[in-house]
Amino acid sequence: MTTLTLSKALNEGLRKALENDPKVLIMGEDVGKLGGVFRVTDGLQKDFGEARVVDTPLAESGIVGTAIGLALRGYRPICEIQFDGFVFPAFDQIVCQLAKMRYRSLGKLSLPVVIRIPFGGGIGAVEHHSESPEALFAHTPGLRVVSCGDPADAFAMIQQSVNSDDPVIFFEPKRRYWDKAEVDVAEGLAAALPLDRARVLVPGSDVTVLTYGPMVRTCAEAAVAAAQDGRSLEVIDLRSLAPLDTATIVESVRKTGRCVVVHEAVVTGGLGAEIAARITQECFYQLEAPVLRVGAYTTPYPPSRLEEHYLPDLDRVLDAVDRTFGY
Amino acid sequence: MAVKDAGQAASSQSRGARGRASRSAAAVADRPPEQAELVQLLTPEGERVKHPDYPLDITAAEVKGLYRDLVIVRRIDFEAIALQRQGELGIWASLLGQEAAQVGSGRALGPRDMAFPTYREHGVAWCRGLDPMKLLELFRGVSHGGWDPTEHNFHLYTIVIGSQTLHATGYAMGIQRDGAVGEDGEAVIVYFGDGATSQGDVNEAFIYASVNNAPVVFFCQNNQWAISEPLERQSRVPLYQRASGFGFPGVRVDGNDVFACLAVTRKAMQAAREGQGPTLIEAYTYRMGAHTTTDDPTRYRLSAELEAWKLKDPIERVKQYLIRTEQVEMSFFDEVDAEAAEVGGQVRAACQTMPDPLPESMFDDVYTSRTAQNAAERAEFDAYLDSFVGEEAAR
Ligand SMILES: Cc1ncc(C[n+]2csc(CCOP(=O)(O)OP(=O)(O)O)c2C)c(N)n1
Ligand SMILES: [Mg+2]
Repeated sequence: MTTLTLSKALNEGLRKALENDPKVLIMGEDVGKLGGVFRVTDGLQKDFGEARVVDTPLAESGIVGTAIGLALRGYRPICEIQFDGFVFPAFDQIVCQLAKMRYRSLGKLSLPVVIRIPFGGGIGAVEHHSESPEALFAHTPGLRVVSCGDPADAFAMIQQSVNSDDPVIFFEPKRRYWDKAEVDVAEGLAAALPLDRARVLVPGSDVTVLTYGPMVRTCAEAAVAAAQDGRSLEVIDLRSLAPLDTATIVESVRKTGRCVVVHEAVVTGGLGAEIAARITQECFYQLEAPVLRVGAYTTPYPPSRLEEHYLPDLDRVLDAVDRTFGY
Repeated sequence: MAVKDAGQAASSQSRGARGRASRSAAAVADRPPEQAELVQLLTPEGERVKHPDYPLDITAAEVKGLYRDLVIVRRIDFEAIALQRQGELGIWASLLGQEAAQVGSGRALGPRDMAFPTYREHGVAWCRGLDPMKLLELFRGVSHGGWDPTEHNFHLYTIVIGSQTLHATGYAMGIQRDGAVGEDGEAVIVYFGDGATSQGDVNEAFIYASVNNAPVVFFCQNNQWAISEPLERQSRVPLYQRASGFGFPGVRVDGNDVFACLAVTRKAMQAAREGQGPTLIEAYTYRMGAHTTTDDPTRYRLSAELEAWKLKDPIERVKQYLIRTEQVEMSFFDEVDAEAAEVGGQVRAACQTMPDPLPESMFDDVYTSRTAQNAAERAEFDAYLDSFVGEEAAR
């Protein structure tokens, strides 16, 4: 076991992926000498060379479009999009091309492309550096959309994503890059939870709290705070946003009868809406209260001096938990 | 040539008729990159040189004005970096080294011309008359810009690389439609970096501007770096030569020479106003500082490069020129320094006392008028905030 930051855990996972398969490539802006603006690819170009860790021209459509071509030729590219707000020049390539190639070719073509995107706010950044666009991708059939919440998952999930023959949009909780935890880097993937499965992070009995990415830690903290008030929260880290691990979700909500979904993204049309609809359908007779959503308000991401008001936090999670007892 | 009608402007202008063969990119396209022509009117030593295509009549008062601009914008930049270090700003993108490119081009604009900046055009902002505090608000996280672009004909900063080149081109197409091209015409200038030239949007802007013969000047500050990536990652030809493939002239100017930047931009803007269509200007310069205050350039570039560019400082050469030509008393430089220090002090004080926006303001201006959902969310937010007030009172 080693203590790693989430950023370093991703770095170790990427290193393993590069070691294990010569077809794996890393491509993106500033991923080489700089090691990425968050240092996730730190040292990889030095160790694997400029042919495997590629500083691309400044063009996201180009990054993803050429990754598709490389994948067609048998490579397994891992693309880095520097910040969430800069994925949109590549949106056509992701939504119209990457997501649909298998379907269009009647299963003959696979595109094992991973697109890493640091996402979410809370770091005091300027515009376009704090977005949570995951629902746009989860809404697109053919893409696997995942997010890691802690260093151990970061290490395993990035490798599993590289191994996936489906394209994976890999959302990294940027404000948690510096969070530390124990990671067993010697451990293979055999024992790891499959990429499309949710994890019960904190078992509990009164309310199910579903979350992912940067809010995982917030919700785990909320569970501790709620316990002091005598309330038992079951916190589930969804990990996979598309497809959703509905079985794990439903099992928990049937038990607790109450559910709060927490994400940084705008609630309107967000993943919380999809999850609430599914729960309503599957757990209708067990529900004691409507599924509540905690997320950003339906406005563009505000200037950073206001982000603490905009983003969900521990208090807003607890407030929603309280409200589920008001029905 | 005066062309009032947009349609006519687009159709009647053959390239040959533009009479700018001497600066057309085609004329230099065959030359190897090293010999790429660099328009220079003032050497790093402060010696005035002549260029056949860019005569520049400039009065002593104008030179002093440019010097003052250069020194003040550098000072504002310096203050902003310090304010970021002290936690007053979230981040800052320094213009250090690019003052001449920005002041030279900025002072080439008429009041009716429109400018579209990136996030680094603090010098252009100064020339357009924008209060520097507006820039600091953005980098402090108090606003996303928030100034009225029509007030100084200076659009909001654009952070997504390259997007604004299309906006500028569309704006220029609007000028054509309004018949505001020709004698006494208007034109647009759009700023972007060397890295930005790789973006699809920028290349699409070149095409739209070209086929429409739109009155837009593409002003690329080639500061040699896009964060950690050197120009070689973006291009195998000098950037100004790209223009020829799109069908309009390109010119490379010494970006550290404020005279040359002024003259070249003036000529390109005048051509655009008169209906002769777009020009690409590549201002050859250097990013002397980090990409932003969060960047660490020691990870990817050699300090020797920096040292070489220090000798080409854009301010020093104007100072040497003024001394050499005895156009000023030595006290002039002290006066300018004092004025810059005063502006710097004002910026500092205003930044430190800048209030945060009201939390509720984040619900404003999402749509023309407040929607029912927006009102409901805002009310919910207010009630939520109030719940804490009650809680605190109860304690
Ligand atoms: C679409 C997009 N991709 C990535 C970024 C992140 N980014 C910000 S500045 C920058 C480099 C820009 O280089 P250049 O165009 O040369 O301008 P400079 O910063 O040197 O002035 C990058 C990659 C961005 N802002 N927008
Ligand atoms: Mg640059």
